[in-house]
Amino acid sequence: MCVVACAEIFRGDGEIYANPTVGTIPLIGARLARATFAPDLLLSDGEAMLVANTLPVGHVPDQRLIEGWLPYRLSFDVVWGGRRHVVMGASQISRYGDTNISCIGPWERPSAQLLGCRGAPGNTVNDKTSYWVPRHSRRVFVEEVDFVSGVGPRRARQAGGLLCAYNQIRFVVTNLCTFDFHGPDGAARVRSLHPGVTVEEVVASTGFAIAGLDVEVPTSRAPTEAEMRLIEEIDPRGLRYREVPD
Amino acid sequence: MRDKRTTETEVVAELRDGMTIGIGGWGSRRKPMSVVRAILRSPVRDLTVVSWGGPDVGLLCAAGKVRKVVYAFVTLDSVPLEPHFRLARQQGRVEAMELDEGMFYWGLYAAALRLPFLPIRSGLASDVMRVNPGLRTVRSPYEDGEELVAVPALPLDLAVVHMNRADRRGNAQFLGPDPYFDDLFLKAARRRFVSCERIVKTEELLNEGCVHTLLINRMLVDGVIEAPRGAHFTSCVPDYPRDEAFQARYAASASSPEAWDEFRRAYLEGSEADYQRAVSAA
Repeated sequence: MCVVACAEIFRGDGEIYANPTVGTIPLIGARLARATFAPDLLLSDGEAMLVANTLPVGHVPDQRLIEGWLPYRLSFDVVWGGRRHVVMGASQISRYGDTNISCIGPWERPSAQLLGCRGAPGNTVNDKTSYWVPRHSRRVFVEEVDFVSGVGPRRARQAGGLLCAYNQIRFVVTNLCTFDFHGPDGAARVRSLHPGVTVEEVVASTGFAIAGLDVEVPTSRAPTEAEMRLIEEIDPRGLRYREVPD
Repeated sequence: MRDKRTTETEVVAELRDGMTIGIGGWGSRRKPMSVVRAILRSPVRDLTVVSWGGPDVGLLCAAGKVRKVVYAFVTLDSVPLEPHFRLARQQGRVEAMELDEGMFYWGLYAAALRLPFLPIRSGLASDVMRVNPGLRTVRSPYEDGEELVAVPALPLDLAVVHMNRADRRGNAQFLGPDPYFDDLFLKAARRRFVSCERIVKTEELLNEGCVHTLLINRMLVDGVIEAPRGAHFTSCVPDYPRDEAFQARYAASASSPEAWDEFRRAYLEGSEADYQRAVSAA
């Protein structure tokens, strides 16, 4: 279910670099998207090689069909040139799409040091960004983030200019639902609930009021039989269930 | 022909308290760990460490060598958060300059090109601007008039990187998938050192990799250290992968002062040869 929701992130992206940087499910999703409705996507092996074939996730003997080389340094050209759609993780996401992977508490002396902002500030003001949250909770979805690593649509609009034009926060896929930021003033809005998930569940697990719940919320689409077969091929060992139990 | 072979000890002898050092590699990949270990054994302190942070940053923080870390992230890759760096930050033991990855890259590049700054869009509207009040912006002098961050150059007093092969003159080669930014560290530094898995003859450099793997040439290098398994426990493919079991032990040593003490005594108090012996016995 979540795999297909993650695959949908890349629908219509064309011939660009699809770059899931976090988690197993977005990785399966990107590979599924390319194997079905988004055949022109470019995908990496998680390091510096672009790989043309559909690889299974996890450690496997080298079956890569290498079609290109994209070391870290060249990835900046891709991002700043607007040819990537990244899927990042986030420890906190605010109502207006600001995200935090840097630290919890005051930055000067955090109560919990996290990864550091990595490329999030640059990713979010240059190119398409989506997020994957395997455990939807009030700890993650907060009114305000402690540190703005990733720039949300409202902040980008306030800054204006090209930064705003290039700020494209597309989707947040969680284990419960898919969001976007097309609510009032760029606020989070529910696009679809995964099958079996109730509005009450999402409300109870989100630390701010979400738009889009006052109308009938669509149900996220289920994988087709062909997609189910592909998901099994891409993840034969069921690593996806370690991230989100079935 | 200059023979630039040197040792970890000689390189570390050049360090002075308060210096800014750049450390190559990325996360827990191809880090010049034998040189980091030599710094741990030295009396030097108050370093500013510029790094795509991995266990180099964690170890130096744990050993009290660091005044300030300049970073975009610090990670052990397979262990996402670097535990010793976390402790140092949470206990307020180190200063921090946290940058976006692109800004970090641009800062090294500006230093390499002897420019005062390079313009970038990244960082604007994020808290990187809030926590680095010294950062300035510039406005494009052309019709667009866009406001951009002026990333200041990050010049280094000394840089050290670890490569797979080098010759004794300082030509150096990576054989893994990614050069990272190792040449930029050397270009941004006043004193520049390469450690490598094996020193080979110049005519042997192309035996194991094509010409495009010769990332570093000798005009960028003041000294070459032959350090077999010198990147341990970080990865140095194709010579060896990351030692995950040992890295897990290192990560666990952040659980208490006693655990760190035990790790330090077991692995870090003797020479590099002692370290390698202890690791292979472990």
